[in-house]
Amino acid sequence: MAAKSETVASEDHVTAHPRAGQVQLVLVALALAGLLVAPMFLYPIFLMKLLAFALFASAFNLLLGYTGLLSFGHATFFGGAAYFTAHAVKVWGWSPEAGILLGVAGAALLGLVMGAIAIRRQGIYFAMITLALSQMFFFFCLQAPFTHGEDGIQSVPRGHLFGLIDLNRPMNMYYFVLAVFVLGLLIIRRFVNSPFGMILKSIRENEQRAISLGYSVQRYKLGAFVMSAALAGLAGGVKALIFQFATLTDVTWQMSGEVILMTLLGGIGTLLGPIVGAGLVVTLQNYLATSDFPVTIITGVVFMVCVLLFRRGLVGEFFATKIGRRLGFRAES
Amino acid sequence: MIFGIPVQALMGQLLVGLINGSFYALLSLGLAIIFGLLRVINFAHGAQYMLGAFAALLLLNWGGINYWLALILAPLIVGLMAAVVEKTMLSRLYKLDHLYGLLFTFGLALAIEGTFRYFFGASGKPYAPPAQLTGAVNLGFMFLPIYRGWVVIASLAVCIAVWLLIEKTKLGAYLRAATENPVLVQAFGVNVPLLLTLTYALGAGLAGFAGVLAAPVYQVSPLMGSNLIIIVFAVVVVGGMGSILGAIVTGYLLGVVEGLTKVFYPEASNIVIFVIMAIVLILRPAGLFGKDA
Repeated sequence: MAAKSETVASEDHVTAHPRAGQVQLVLVALALAGLLVAPMFLYPIFLMKLLAFALFASAFNLLLGYTGLLSFGHATFFGGAAYFTAHAVKVWGWSPEAGILLGVAGAALLGLVMGAIAIRRQGIYFAMITLALSQMFFFFCLQAPFTHGEDGIQSVPRGHLFGLIDLNRPMNMYYFVLAVFVLGLLIIRRFVNSPFGMILKSIRENEQRAISLGYSVQRYKLGAFVMSAALAGLAGGVKALIFQFATLTDVTWQMSGEVILMTLLGGIGTLLGPIVGAGLVVTLQNYLATSDFPVTIITGVVFMVCVLLFRRGLVGEFFATKIGRRLGFRAES
Repeated sequence: MIFGIPVQALMGQLLVGLINGSFYALLSLGLAIIFGLLRVINFAHGAQYMLGAFAALLLLNWGGINYWLALILAPLIVGLMAAVVEKTMLSRLYKLDHLYGLLFTFGLALAIEGTFRYFFGASGKPYAPPAQLTGAVNLGFMFLPIYRGWVVIASLAVCIAVWLLIEKTKLGAYLRAATENPVLVQAFGVNVPLLLTLTYALGAGLAGFAGVLAAPVYQVSPLMGSNLIIIVFAVVVVGGMGSILGAIVTGYLLGVVEGLTKVFYPEASNIVIFVIMAIVLILRPAGLFGKDA
């Protein structure tokens, strides 16, 4: 989407520093080290929430940033998976890893159904259709018995990972969530840089051309949609275990809007952008949780400012600066 | 009794469906007009509907202005606010991918609804129907509350008036021409940017009008438009965005279908419109009245 409307400004041809690759590696290592020691200084639940949403936003970005499809219904996969995981772990007594896998599978299945219907239209219609279908799923969750309506599924046990590691201990849970987060990002990175990912980018850039080259665009789009849904489900399943509940909040259209904001604010089409965006939005919500000032006013205004003034997002804008390009970053890869 | 359902209940739900359909029709008409020319899906449409209802309520509470005057003033106020938004902000986005317009108006809707929630609270406030329209008439098979009958008639009249405006007047001809080819129309000396502003104001004004009509039926609350807008999106997808008349007809039709579902299978009444949308997309992706595939 970003690419269609504006290409990265590279008129003055700042080339990457020859050792930019090594610098990037060091930066990633530093970030990872920071995340490893972070729970010594910050509240673990807050950090885990941040990681879950960062993964959710990254999964969403896989679709918007790399395929150019704006889904307005990703809450379905995030919240749906949270319900499936919570139900499997609490009612059926499944282990946490099996519960999360069920959440991922359920989200992928929902993604398959929603995607198959929504890819029949393009652009703006696609967004509206995903929104309408996810609202349908919301009403389903409101009425289905296993979700317990307004109450949600409460006091979900975290259990023992692989029957060994007690996830009730905050540090164990934190490192488990961090491992899932890193795994999720590696999958996304691999996916984006695979031949499949390249074809997705070609669809984003010029769908007609991709069709004329013989690619069955619909199948690639559906594949990307299911992949994105499954990863969003991974984030949702983990979130259910972090907070030990699954509620209607996670399947509302507001949640779908929130993940769009995170991605837009951080930078569409960058691997780092959604993570930064999620961090900012979650931190903001944390600070405003105690005041009676409605978050939606700020959310709405930030949305408008982003769209009007910096559509590349914070990370995208940084990548476009001289320093960013010297470091070898590119907004579109 | 029809299919084991008492006539009273059936007619009652049919009326509820027709009233909901009136709002769907008014709102999807506004969305279709805006989309036709601006290529923007106006996510703020629900917020503008809410603004119309609040304008009526505040005009009454602060200025003592009655319903009939509010029915004219509120849409003008909402339209004016929309014109300012279009002129200062929205117009900068036309050259970009259409999705940015959707995202911008989504943010706008959140900001407006959040602000009203902050100042007026989330609870609904009653707005009394005008004295001339209170009471009910006995139709023989059911009692019809006069105000509800008025809603259906007023919305139908406005829909037809807007349709005539677009199909039969010179301004409407400019509008249709600009929808086809804005550059050419501009070259003929028509002020297209002004036309865009007027169109956005007209669409928003229609939402404001619907809001005033809705104020006595539902309560006036900051979030009254936020769930409605998603249903209206589904209505627009079913109807196909290409046709003004299609938007109106689909609005009433789906309202009635929803009402009937409440009688025969109440559990599905919340989702029936979305189910119909999915079926239409599978069978006829362009929508019932749509031309573009």
